[in-house]
Amino acid sequence: MPTLLDYRRRVRSVKNTQQITRAMKFVAAAKLRRAQEGVFAARPYAHEILRVLRSAAARMENVAHPLLVRRPEEKILVVVLTGDRSLAGAFNSNVIRHASEFMREHSSKQIELVVVGKKGRDTFRKRGLKFAGEYLDVSAKVEFSKAKEIAARIAELYISGEVDAVYAIYNEFKNVMVQNLQAQKLLPVDPEVVSAGEKDGEKSLASHAGPGSSLPMEQAPRGGELLVDYIYEQPVEEIFRALVPRYLETEIYRILLESAAAEHAARMTAMDAATRNASELIDKLTLQMNKIRQAGITKEIIEIVSGAASAMG
Amino acid sequence: MLPEAIELQVVTPERHVLSENVQSLEMPAKDGYLGVLPGHAPLITLLGVGTLTYHKGAETRYLTVMNGFAEVLPDRVIVLAELSERAEEIDVARSRAALERAQAEAAKPGTQEAESSEAEAKVERATARLQTASKGGGSGSPQDSRRSTH
Repeated sequence: MPTLLDYRRRVRSVKNTQQITRAMKFVAAAKLRRAQEGVFAARPYAHEILRVLRSAAARMENVAHPLLVRRPEEKILVVVLTGDRSLAGAFNSNVIRHASEFMREHSSKQIELVVVGKKGRDTFRKRGLKFAGEYLDVSAKVEFSKAKEIAARIAELYISGEVDAVYAIYNEFKNVMVQNLQAQKLLPVDPEVVSAGEKDGEKSLASHAGPGSSLPMEQAPRGGELLVDYIYEQPVEEIFRALVPRYLETEIYRILLESAAAEHAARMTAMDAATRNASELIDKLTLQMNKIRQAGITKEIIEIVSGAASAMG
Repeated sequence: MLPEAIELQVVTPERHVLSENVQSLEMPAKDGYLGVLPGHAPLITLLGVGTLTYHKGAETRYLTVMNGFAEVLPDRVIVLAELSERAEEIDVARSRAALERAQAEAAKPGTQEAESSEAEAKVERATARLQTASKGGGSGSPQDSRRSTH
């Protein structure tokens, strides 16, 4: 039978834990907000890149770029995005499981791996896998320079022919409660994206257009914008060549932000649940503690009363 | 009818740096500085590394822009740069230190070509920052307040 003191100690330790989980929840909430702002802030740039890319492609007779070349997919590169820290619910294990399944499905092909995030790296390293690249400490504060670095590495592997296709496996931020696992093809760039079609090609970027962006350029496109007769300061092919990698960078940047937002959301939810559980536990323990205290008092009263009764006897 | 002002938007992947109505601007296109007045013909150009200058009323302000491209329309200029900072945001001491580091790196003998070109790019960026900061600092040196435009 635990004594009163044991209960006091346990309540105190649960309270301490609760303080930590509560603090982590607030930190995750703040980081989530920053990641979401980042997602919104990145849209106008991505949107414009795509628009200029298309208008350039529309004026070229022969749209060609090393990143658009299609080859039979024999060697594929998988980019797995995890977090750097745990305590984010099932966030990391979900991505890792999804990535493992993906690799099993494609086990007939040669698979290269690029990991983003400490958790993914540690897990896959334990399995004895080698990486074509690893990037850590990305999700706490997503920076465009990281996206650029990753994009450069991926493009290099693709152009040199070391891989024939590149997929990214990541958590897409749906809302605070829901993360969507995605396996998105990054390379070769879908020709639909650069073809002037305004319908599906924009899917990856425009469908995310939502509230939060205040740029006028994102509002209803001016009529027939693609038909504007631009003067190209440099040959249109040169502009196109410069734009395709930029497009890849913005896509990777978006994915990094999505994954970071999803991670912080998952951590926030997990820590919220933990804080609530701690409250419940404290209530339960306090009740038990009071019962014991009560029992002790009752016992003392009985002792006094019976002592007095015998003295008066 | 020519428009009277240009709506200048400067956007990087990380933020929306600037949105202003300006009377004219000069920007570092890849092959040299490019001046834009209202009513310019539609144009698309790649950008280099340098200082973007714009005139709003009597004021002249400066920004660094690094790589990317710009779209010019008669009443609107959209600058999409990888990095862009207003003159007042630049940390001069840090940029100067970065410049020295990069220069030392570039001057180191026996470096690979890729490394030295990277170091040169760093030198270029730090120089652009310092130039922009010195102009935006109010007492900007008068001799190069006007750059050649075409």
